Formats: sequence, C-alpha cells, structure tokens
Amino acid sequence: MKKISVITILALSWVVGLTSFAAYADEAPTKAEPQIAAPAENAAATSAAEPAAAAPTEPQLVTADKISSGDTAWMLTSSGLVLFMTIPGLALFYAGMVRKKNLLATIMQSFAITCVVSVLWWAVGYSLAFTPGSTPYLGGLSRLFMHGMRFVFDAKTPQLTVSHLALTIPESVYAMFQMTFAIITPALICGAFAERMKFSAMLIFMAIWSVVVYAPVAHWVWEPSGWLATMGVLDYAGGTVVHINAGIAALVCALVLGKRIGYGREFMAPHNLALTMIGASMLWVGWFGFNAGSAVAADGRAGMAMMVTQLATAAAALGWMFIEWILKGKPSVLGIASGAVAGLVAITPASGFVDPSGSMIIGLAAGVVCYFSATSLKHALGYDDSLDAFGVHCVGGILGALLTGVFANKEISGQDASLATQAIGVACTLIYSGVVSYVLLKIIDMTIGLRVSEEDERMGLDVSLHGEHVE
Amino acid sequence: MKYITAFIKPHKLDEVREALNDVGVSGLSVTEIRGFGRQKGHKEIYRGAEYKVEFVAKLKVEVAVKAELAERVSETIVAAARTGSIGDGKVFIWDLESAVRIRTGEKDTAAI
Repeated sequence: MKKISVITILALSWVVGLTSFAAYADEAPTKAEPQIAAPAENAAATSAAEPAAAAPTEPQLVTADKISSGDTAWMLTSSGLVLFMTIPGLALFYAGMVRKKNLLATIMQSFAITCVVSVLWWAVGYSLAFTPGSTPYLGGLSRLFMHGMRFVFDAKTPQLTVSHLALTIPESVYAMFQMTFAIITPALICGAFAERMKFSAMLIFMAIWSVVVYAPVAHWVWEPSGWLATMGVLDYAGGTVVHINAGIAALVCALVLGKRIGYGREFMAPHNLALTMIGASMLWVGWFGFNAGSAVAADGRAGMAMMVTQLATAAAALGWMFIEWILKGKPSVLGIASGAVAGLVAITPASGFVDPSGSMIIGLAAGVVCYFSATSLKHALGYDDSLDAFGVHCVGGILGALLTGVFANKEISGQDASLATQAIGVACTLIYSGVVSYVLLKIIDMTIGLRVSEEDERMGLDVSLHGEHVE
Repeated sequence: MKYITAFIKPHKLDEVREALNDVGVSGLSVTEIRGFGRQKGHKEIYRGAEYKVEFVAKLKVEVAVKAELAERVSETIVAAARTGSIGDGKVFIWDLESAVRIRTGEKDTAAI
C-alpha cells in the first residue's frame, strides 16, 4: 500500500505540474506575442502570396526554379522516415508481441503490404487520392500508372510536374511521401488479426482495402476538393485518414475472424518485448517524418509539428506508465511503449495546429484513455484485437481528431477549428471504413476463407504458412 | 556407484560447481529446466492480460560418483546451493548399475 501511494503521489505531482504549467504557458507570454508574431506573419504572407496568385487545382508542369531545394530535401528525408516506420518499425513492434511461432509471419505481413501497396499506389491509388475528380468523393484517373508525372531534362531550365497540394517540391517526391502513408495504414490493421489470418486472404484484403477505402478517405480529407476537406475537417498528418481508418477496420477484422484458439485460457504473452521496444522507438523517430513532413515544407510549422509530436509522445508514455503502475503495481516495458504509440497517434491530426501546451494535454489524455481501451474495454467486450490496433489507433485517433477541434491554435494554422466538424469527419470515416471492411472480409471468407486451419494455427504461422522458423 | 540429481536455483550454479571441484568431482552435466514445488510461480501482466507463470526456472545438475563419495557430494551441493529461502531445490541420490567411457571403453568406476 505504501508503495502504491508513493507512486500515486509521483504521478499526481507530475500531472498537476504539467497542467498548471500548461495553464501558465497559455497566459504568460501574451505580452511578448506581438513581437514574435510579426515577422512570422510577414513570412507567412509572402510565402502564401505566390501560390495564391496561381491557385492551381490540379498537378501542373513548372520550371525547376519554382522548386525549393530546402523543402525538397526535407520531403525526401520524410518519405524515408515514414517508410522506416513500417519496415522495420511497425513490423518489429508487432513481431515482439506475438508468440515466437508467429514472429516471421507477423514481420512478413508488414513487408508484403509495403510491396503490394507500392505497386497499387503507382497503378491507381495516387490518382484516386490526390487528383481532383468529377465528384467530391473520389479523385480522378488522370494520374493512373503515374501517367503525366514528369521530369524533363534541360541544361538551362528543366521542367517538372508539381502537385497542387505541394507547389515547392517535385510531384514525384510528393507522391512518394504519400505512398508511405498508404503503406503504413493497412499495415496497422495487422495487429488485430495477428497469429491466425491466412497470408493469401490478408494480401487480397489489404490490396482491395488500400484502393477502395484508403484512397477515397485520403481524397475526402486531404485533396482540397474532397468533401470533408471542403467542410473544414482538420487532419494534419492522418488521425482520421490513417489511424481511425485503420483502427476501425482492425476492430471489424477482430470481430469477423474471431478469437485465436485458446484465447483467454492459454499463455499468449509477448515473446520478445525488446523487439517491441525497438519497433516503438523506430516508430517514434520515423513519426517526425509523418507529422513534421506533413508540413510539406521545411518551415516553422514543420518545426512546431515536430516539437508537439515529441511532447505529446512523452506525456502519453508517462501517462500510461503511471496509470499502470498505480493500478497493476508495476511500470511495464510494454506499457510505456504502448503509451508512446498512443501519444504519437493522438498528436498526429493535431500536429501543425496545436501549441506545446495543447500537445501535452492531448498526450496525457491519450496515454490514460488508450490504457483503458487496450486493457479494460477489450476484456469487457471480449473481442480478440490481438495487438490492440483498435484500442490504440482508433481510440487514440478519435481522441486526437476531436481534441484538435478543442486545442487548435489559429496563430499556428491560420484555420478555424470546430469540435462538431471534427466529429463529422470521425463518424464518416468510422462508418465508411467499418462497413466496407466488413463486406470485403465477408466476401473473402466465403470464397477462399480468412483463417488458417486449427492445426496450422497451433503449429504456428511461421512454419505452416511460410515454411520457416526462428530459434 | 551413485548417480546424484540436484535441482538448484540458476544463480547458484557457479558456487555448486566450485564446491564440487574441491571435493574431487571431475565432471557434471547441467540442464535448464522449469518446475514447481513449494515455491509457487509468479504473475505477469501484458496490457491488462494476466498470466500466472506456474513453472519456475531451475537448473538440473547431474553427477555420477563412487558410492563412498555420494554422501559428501550431496552435502556439498546442499551447502553450496542453500539460500535459506523457499525454492532452493532438492537433491536425489540413485544407485548406478554401470558406466562406460565411450572413447576408451573403460568401465564403471574407471569411467566416471
């Protein structure tokens, strides 16, 4: 008892200190603001003036002098960072949490999805997501097979295409950056059906899902003519498009596939949390490409997005660690790593809109709320979301999307935020992704089947699906 | 000849080996095993899922000795492996019928 009270005091003092500082930080610097804000406004005005004059609504050919080498360098780097989140970051994060007999199968899912989605993004995904279509619900076909994406060599003035969403970097870099988002989103779903889904069924589901769910939702929220974007839904780096979208599909997967054999009776503890911790750390680092990269520029807003990402993640990791320490007696490695991921998820839609104080509150809330969704909620409702893809990504994503409406700071984004509009974005994504995922899974189940046989599941997917194993 | 099987706490292995060396035991085998006796297992929690780990990690030490040495070897193991807390393990002594050294074909006491 004495130990518990000491921990509680530790945790409480940290929370109180945090919130009181956040409150102080909100009020204190008002006097200093004008001096700091003035040059920032000037800079924003000049950089905004050029695109405003052209106001393109679709990809176009420009001369290379329109390209910013600083922005391009950062976006090339960000693309690499976000790919690194999936392979090996997410792959290891998940692989450490399964039983050893399913380690390779779990890593394989992330890697194979990376390959399949890359090809599909080239063929259809990019065009459906990031070109204006004839309706606000789906992009056009003008960039099928990346047709029209060009770089034309010329010794004096090379020409190249730029996306209307990113005027200072080559279109190839923007499409590549967005491709890495299209890759990680389906890969996140794998946490829900770990240790029991057929590899073939998984590949088919993910391939179709990336085209019929991911690409349209990305279009709705991020392409300026998309209907949720027009409505004013704010999603800086993918709380709605990536995490709610993948998280609700994950819940549907867990429900349709059913529980693992022996769930709740047999020992299913993670086999190597060192892998999980390495994966979580790679996700954290890679997430700077995800959030700060979503500025699509090497600028002040990217810097602010990076800062709030770091703060929210730390706050969430501590939040999860302390609540678990208080309730269960020990601060666990899995707990602090899970909390960090929950914080990263929750700050994703808000980065680029909130200030450091807001990010601390979002992070802390994410750590505590996701702790309960991944532990109490899951066990109360009885579904087997094996690695908590729903409990962390969907719940954390919803929390972040809604809190973006609360804590968005107009000084940073220049945009108005509304809790109600955010809620509409959340609800539409939940319904669309949930329903389409359910239909897809049912069709696959009726044709080739979703689950491996009981014998194969007991043997482990490494041997039964891939003919390999690790010692 | 006697065959002695001892179940000990893993961190006591070096002390047991050194002590046995001092009383003239020239070889032994060690196996990592899991088991339970009066010492119960422990609880592990992963994101709220609680697992009771019933089996505790132990080492099984096996050594073959001349009959007259058996009692001394047993006492040596007990002295070296004891911590006084629950879960220190047990020592069993068996009769050993015969032994052969594979390389030379030597038999019984010459082989151990």
